[in-house]
Amino acid sequence: MNTKMQRNGFLVVLGATLILLVGLSSSGSSFWQGIFINLGMYIILVVALNLSNGFTGVFSLGHIGFMALGAYISAILTLPLDKKASYLPDLPGWLAPVHLDMMIGPFPLGFLLATLIAGVLVTLIAVVVGLVLMRLSGHFVAVATLGFLVIVRVVLINADEFTRGSHTFSNVTAYTDLWWVYAWVFIALIAVWRLKFSSYGRAMFAQRDDGIAAQSVGIVIMRPRLLAFAVSAFFTAVAGALWAHYLTSFSPKAFYFDLTFRVITMLVVGGMGSVTGSVVGPAVITAIAEALRRLEDVTLLYGVSQIVLAVLFIVIIVFRPGGLMGEREINFAGLWQRLRFRASVAQEGSAAEP
Amino acid sequence: MGIRSHAAHLLDVTELTKTFKGLHALEDVNLQLDADEILGVIGPNGAGKTTLLNLLTGYLLPTRGKIFFQNKDITALRMPAVTRLGIARTFQNIRLFGAMTVLENVVTAQQLRTEFSLPEVLLATGSFRRKERELVEQAMDHLSIFGLEDHADQLANSLPYGMQRRLEIARALATSPKLLLLDEPAAGMNISETDALHEMILEVKRRFHLTIILVEHDMRLVMNMCDRILVLNYGRVLATDRPEAIRQNADVIESYLGKAHHTAAS
Ligand SMILES: Nc1ncnc2c1ncn2[C@@H]1O[C@H](COP(=O)(O)OP(=O)(O)O)[C@@H](O)[C@H]1O
Ligand SMILES: [Mg+2]
Repeated sequence: MNTKMQRNGFLVVLGATLILLVGLSSSGSSFWQGIFINLGMYIILVVALNLSNGFTGVFSLGHIGFMALGAYISAILTLPLDKKASYLPDLPGWLAPVHLDMMIGPFPLGFLLATLIAGVLVTLIAVVVGLVLMRLSGHFVAVATLGFLVIVRVVLINADEFTRGSHTFSNVTAYTDLWWVYAWVFIALIAVWRLKFSSYGRAMFAQRDDGIAAQSVGIVIMRPRLLAFAVSAFFTAVAGALWAHYLTSFSPKAFYFDLTFRVITMLVVGGMGSVTGSVVGPAVITAIAEALRRLEDVTLLYGVSQIVLAVLFIVIIVFRPGGLMGEREINFAGLWQRLRFRASVAQEGSAAEP
Repeated sequence: MGIRSHAAHLLDVTELTKTFKGLHALEDVNLQLDADEILGVIGPNGAGKTTLLNLLTGYLLPTRGKIFFQNKDITALRMPAVTRLGIARTFQNIRLFGAMTVLENVVTAQQLRTEFSLPEVLLATGSFRRKERELVEQAMDHLSIFGLEDHADQLANSLPYGMQRRLEIARALATSPKLLLLDEPAAGMNISETDALHEMILEVKRRFHLTIILVEHDMRLVMNMCDRILVLNYGRVLATDRPEAIRQNADVIESYLGKAHHTAAS
């Protein structure tokens, strides 16, 4: 009964989202489309980071490095041949003729392949990195993963035959639209949700709550941590690929502390451990940031939005460390019951009045 | 036809020794345990009781000595592997998954004996749903033995102390052990709670054919429940015998029981 209601609730939300997307994409308002495309990409980044940082408690500060790798790998793969020859002339021989720009009718199959290849390659990198880093905990992980972020940046800047170094990488085809983004949002949310409510998710949360107790019930701590890190890296790389094919030009400095901080703020505000929070956090922060940007334009106080977001982050950490959602998820059955309760109270109230 | 004489024992510990920076927490402990036994372990604080459990479960590795479980050398195995072989434990300082529900605590242990593939989980296949349902049913079963079924959806760290102790035993049981190690399960319980605990432990022992090592300060519980008692003092075995014999043992009375009786009386 409860699970049925939960399922119906999901279908309602899914339907509403679809209607919103159809409305947005047919409205032709590039302003709102842009906001929702950005929001969707943030949701993927945040839910992926939640899987790693929130579920396992191993706090990575290096995830945006995975995003950068996903962006560059996919962009190199989709670059059409003519552009590739002139734009990245020093690509090694095996990579130079690769161009995943094929279409099936209106569907850019090449983009999908490039996204998946980028995701898989980055996942492999994450497994190697994770085998070392997931043994650490607490501050050591934070520092070591931050080191990873710095290393990725240095590599990107120095691998100029692949990335054009610190120059802007442009000419990327603009494949990414609302539908691509929200298809991946859907996949990422479902995947992380199902992991959370499975043996894998329970192992992640258990070893986070008490590592010794977790081992005493047979959990090998490394396994859930590594799984979370790897799947998380996959979706983070996917977000990178979407980002690259939305912005169409970027440089290594796009994938650094600013973005790291913003995504972590969204995660903490939404609630570490809550999939629902990974939607709520990005939505709230995007709304606030957008409003503040208007304010900046009017008052000419540029930088105010950054400061306000930082203050908000601190306030949340101090007064509501679990974020808006804590670890809880949206509960449609409970919501429904509360609505009915209110309705019945209101009815009784009005009945008693005369 | 076993070459070694320990072939018949469920657990066979020889010369088990653990040294912490020169301190002998446990020294030359020999211990044989047969299936279906309940062995009590007593001794003053710091005697090495918890260290013994830590070694048996692979939480600590011994400095010297051997541990055989079901004729298998488990001396070098770590905790998850030992648990998988069938030794489960509780902790003197309760260790629950505090932010998880009571039911999730038990299911997390229950899932040790169920294989889930990643695709199965991500696609939420029928087999995944069926196995999850079975896990929950079994876990609820364990919870009801310990009178916790009405608290299944509560967070573990919101339970009162006595229930947390029982939940920890339920969780240990959910790994389907053959040997269950309990570290002071009655600590902080009053007499009626302790009696209830006694009943629950006997009940699960019967239902799941358990062998039990019970570390406990409550002498009444130990004397009533155990087939044999091992007395530790400063890491050494002072005596291993039936409860009646331990009660008469002068050394034991001197080092431990006397004191315990005095404090109990005062
Ligand atoms: N991890 C450890 N590191 C250092 N000393 C320890 C450790 N664990 C136990 N000890 C010491 O070993 C001795 C036995 O401790 P323990 O096994 O906890 O005793 P008991 O459970 O009988 O009270 C004590 O002196 C204790 O301080
Ligand atoms: Mg102890």
